[in-house]
Amino acid sequence: MTMNTVATDNPVPAGSEKHYLTNGHTLSSWLFTVDHKRIGILYLISLVVFFLLGGAAAVLFRLDLMTPAGDLLRSETYNKLFTMHGIVMIFFFLIPSIPAVLGNFLLPIMLGTRDVAFPKLNLLSWYVFMAGGLLALFAIVFGGVDSGWTFYTPYSTMYANSNVILAVCGAFIAGFSSIMTALNFVVTIHKMRAPGLTWFRLPLFVWAMYATSLVVLLGTPVVAITLVMIFVERLLHFGIFDPALGGDPVLFQHLFWFYSHPAVYIMILPSMGVVSELISAFSRRRIYGYKFVAYSSLAIAVIGFFVWGHHMFVSSQSVYAGLIFSFLTFFVAVPTAIKILNWTMTLYKGSVSLQAPMLYAFGFLGLFTIGGMTGLFLSTMATDIHLHDTYFVVAHFHYVMVGGGVMGFLGGLHFWWPKMTGRMYPEGWAIFAAIVIFVGFNLTFFPQFQLGYHGMPRRYHEYASQFQILHVMSTAGASILGFGYLIMTGYLIWSLKFGKVAGSNPWGARGLEWETTSPPPTENFLVTPVVKHEAYAYDVPSETSDVQEPRPEQHNV
Amino acid sequence: MNSVFNLFPEQASSISSEIDLLYLFILIVSVVFTLLAAFLVIFFAVKYRRRSEDDRPEPPHADSKLEIAAGAFLLVLLMGMFFWGAKLYFKGNRPPSDAMEVLVTGKQWMWKLQHPNGKREINTLHVPLGVPVKLTMTSEDVIHSFFIPAFRVKNDVLPGRYTQVWFEPVKAGRYDLFCTEYCGNEHSRMVGWVEVMEPADYERWLSIGTTAAASTAAGGGPGESPVDAGARLFAELGCVTCHNQNSGALGPNLTGVFGREETMTDGSVVTVDENYLRESILNSQAKIVAGYAPIMPVFKGLINEDQLAQIIAYIKSLNDNGTDG
Repeated sequence: MTMNTVATDNPVPAGSEKHYLTNGHTLSSWLFTVDHKRIGILYLISLVVFFLLGGAAAVLFRLDLMTPAGDLLRSETYNKLFTMHGIVMIFFFLIPSIPAVLGNFLLPIMLGTRDVAFPKLNLLSWYVFMAGGLLALFAIVFGGVDSGWTFYTPYSTMYANSNVILAVCGAFIAGFSSIMTALNFVVTIHKMRAPGLTWFRLPLFVWAMYATSLVVLLGTPVVAITLVMIFVERLLHFGIFDPALGGDPVLFQHLFWFYSHPAVYIMILPSMGVVSELISAFSRRRIYGYKFVAYSSLAIAVIGFFVWGHHMFVSSQSVYAGLIFSFLTFFVAVPTAIKILNWTMTLYKGSVSLQAPMLYAFGFLGLFTIGGMTGLFLSTMATDIHLHDTYFVVAHFHYVMVGGGVMGFLGGLHFWWPKMTGRMYPEGWAIFAAIVIFVGFNLTFFPQFQLGYHGMPRRYHEYASQFQILHVMSTAGASILGFGYLIMTGYLIWSLKFGKVAGSNPWGARGLEWETTSPPPTENFLVTPVVKHEAYAYDVPSETSDVQEPRPEQHNV
Repeated sequence: MNSVFNLFPEQASSISSEIDLLYLFILIVSVVFTLLAAFLVIFFAVKYRRRSEDDRPEPPHADSKLEIAAGAFLLVLLMGMFFWGAKLYFKGNRPPSDAMEVLVTGKQWMWKLQHPNGKREINTLHVPLGVPVKLTMTSEDVIHSFFIPAFRVKNDVLPGRYTQVWFEPVKAGRYDLFCTEYCGNEHSRMVGWVEVMEPADYERWLSIGTTAAASTAAGGGPGESPVDAGARLFAELGCVTCHNQNSGALGPNLTGVFGREETMTDGSVVTVDENYLRESILNSQAKIVAGYAPIMPVFKGLINEDQLAQIIAYIKSLNDNGTDG
């Protein structure tokens, strides 16, 4: 992407006084900021805290699972810990992760504009998110929640003796934050692209954000109303889900998965967008089949709304409904598989550089492929009957959501770290941590496929002794995985002060975000850029013919 | 004990090996594609590694042919997987008509089971080798799920309705039984055993009589079969006053009604199965057969799950012997 900005003509050295980080040093300059970049940083700090809390819960119950009798914890504590892990990781880490952090920070810069369409709404979304998150944490700390993150009825409404209401309220409130961010993104992408930035010149990350935002806007209201129904049945005893009150317990599962299956795409589509940017930048070429990758994000978002019933093959839903859901699920697999082909073919005849962000992108490819392939066992009805609610499912969705979602998030965080902070992370440590995380992840979750096929049910505090050896392997892997995350947290914090000063474009990448300084000025670009090429114009040398005179007027401020 | 490092767990039912064959097929497809993708990524990354900072590769020439070809190939492969899985699923879903029926009730945190002759047990299910067994299941509280890994069968057990699972054991032995839907504090203790016995041993076991503990816990008279208990209740509760074979009876004659299609007062057609009978007894006004008045009392709260299952077992038995309703 080539354009002309004052920034490139008169580069401002990183670390100098004038950029978004130095525009105010007080706490209130952060808490009342409407700068999308600072809001992205606020989200980053909050999400890291939630991730560490969710991870700590996992460490505790993984240690407990070392012995079949579960000697470390009581059942009650174990149940509350896996519920906490699920609620925190899904609602307060994975769903917001890439959109709220990288999306907020990058989207306006990638579009060549000053901010999102509704900056105050953007700040409000963070406050709403924190209100939801703190309410959920309050529920967890003061008594705990033991319904599982899935809140299946009638257990959650009539039988659980824990803070279900508070946790449900937390998730309900956090949903509004997702909706605000999604609305902001859709409007910003439609209305605020820089001159010359047509839809098919957009980075694939922006396409992914667009598809994700549509899923959030259409799906989140459904789960919100479902959570209200839990509230109404639990508090007021209106019979909605409990048959003893005249309700239907399976109705809850339909409503819940109508959102929660698309929510998987809310977690994975942004990561696919990041990986497209990484593979392109570190191969120095346009993604193979750009249009296919862009459209397939939309296709996955749409088809994703019609497959929820594949979570319910053994729930007593009609067998014919199950047949249709299974059939449609295989259709989602096709565009997903072809995306992997597109990424692989981008490397062919490219100029491949294996720096840490690219290693995460490769990690994504490997783990997400395994996650996707194991999805076939679960969309096939006959094998799903056996595998449903076993550790096979646990392993599958961790490969998709952590192997896919988190690897993309970490790859993106490393890739844009110099842009966000103005400093490079230490490359050697980053490569070491990426390898430790990859090995630890596989050792944790691969044995769980075998556990699942041999019949180990999920959410079990005590288990039959034949499963112990595989559980011990899994716990060993989790320790390595946790160690990898800690190394990464350590060197990233270290780099804030001691990292090498990054230039505007340390990777030689061609996206618009690399044309401004690192860290960017509060206005992102001192002059609105005029875009003449797509975000992957690696064949067009940036120094040549595209440079034109700066346009004096500023758009979209 | 079968090691967890074997590819397959114990194959103890007639469908176990068929499910494993399908599993093996998907596994081979997955391994081939995963290895192919991994090989290509690593091979390209090495072969086309950046040799100079001035590398400026040509952009890819994608003309959609590769994507369309790959998509078409995958679609065919996946449709094969879909049909194979669906066919096997339907087979596993339809119990043979001569299957032996065992009643299962789940509650926090135990499994209560009752055999056709009335014998009850808790958390252990004795079944004869080589005989198809159908479990008719319901729950007294939350959702549970009945899972026997060695048989490759599972179904959720719901409050307020009946679900079923069937299997035909092909190997004698003792197999794990797990609850696989999270149901509260002691979910992981809602486990038990399935004992597959030689048919003669099973008959001997059946005739020993109920254990005192089981029959007390489960309620109902020891040794009385569900059908007999149902017949007794049918008389005691006065059902027989309206549901009989006399012309001009106020309720439908129930002989042979099970499995039949009946037209309702609103014109809809309903197949009479366990769930329809359940609803018609507990909430009798919900769906009434055309030609009858809504005069039947509501039995919700008057009978418990066990009694309801017994009455339904009795109504079903009227198909076999054609006795008076």
